[in-house]
Amino acid sequence: MADDRRLDGNAIGGMMLELFGFEMTTATEVCATCGTADVMAQTEVYMDAPGTVVRCASCKAVLMRVVRGRDRTWLDLSGLRSIELPM
Amino acid sequence: MIIEAEGWPGHRPGQHLDVRLTADDGYQAERSYSIASPPGEPLEITVEQLEDGEVSPYLVEVAREGDGFEVRGPIGGYFVWVDDGRPVFLVGGGSGVVPLMAMIRSTSGLTPMRLLYSSRTFEDIIYRQELEDRSGDRIEVFHTLTRGHPPGWTGYTRRIDNEMLKEVAWPAAEQPHVFICGSTRFVDAAADGLVALGYAPLSIKTERFGATGG
Repeated sequence: MADDRRLDGNAIGGMMLELFGFEMTTATEVCATCGTADVMAQTEVYMDAPGTVVRCASCKAVLMRVVRGRDRTWLDLSGLRSIELPM
Repeated sequence: MIIEAEGWPGHRPGQHLDVRLTADDGYQAERSYSIASPPGEPLEITVEQLEDGEVSPYLVEVAREGDGFEVRGPIGGYFVWVDDGRPVFLVGGGSGVVPLMAMIRSTSGLTPMRLLYSSRTFEDIIYRQELEDRSGDRIEVFHTLTRGHPPGWTGYTRRIDNEMLKEVAWPAAEQPHVFICGSTRFVDAAADGLVALGYAPLSIKTERFGATGG
């Protein structure tokens, strides 16, 4: 079922912690496509693709892509206008 | 399963941890597990074995007392309960009850809590005895079974729907905290139902897990 593949941003909390060094599920992200601001936990996440794809829950545009290799990680943030981190 | 994690900084109810297994050839598999224990007690996760999983069969079938593996956490700041005295409405589907159990186990007993818990069958109910023991004035537990029920069963016998939510949930005016955890379809149905009852979308915290992959 296509719908069962969709997770939410809680699922990538660990990966984000490793990449950014911060608790990111409460970070506010602004979608570059539609301008919607949402906490990471509320985004739509697909983890069964070759990489991890994070989409805007409002307009479904891709916010972020993460591809992990054995000794490196590729991070595409082109779908994000900004990230606001609670510190 | 109880995990002794060196340097564990402590956690808050609702958080999870990641387990990472590394094979001899360097292949790594990583999965998230909700923490079932309340803060301050030995770290406990509940693992449901998935037949085609990469990590859960190891944790359930292979791992023995004293074995070690990599753990990362605590993870999550969103799906976390901070007790401010407001009533709490917990909605869990299957093993989605695990992080909710950490909340139930960490309550002071003064804050009113209600759990609506959907399981396939009576045998599938996780923490059944403990939930019964903890039920009382402040903690109310409502079960629903979606794939058959034993004779004499007095709980619900269908998937969660708006009518059930209306019967169990506090009126939206009481501004309860809401935590919903389960499969994507379960969480979406419960959250949509509560919004239809007048709950503010921002008061509803959700955590979805996949149907496969563990």
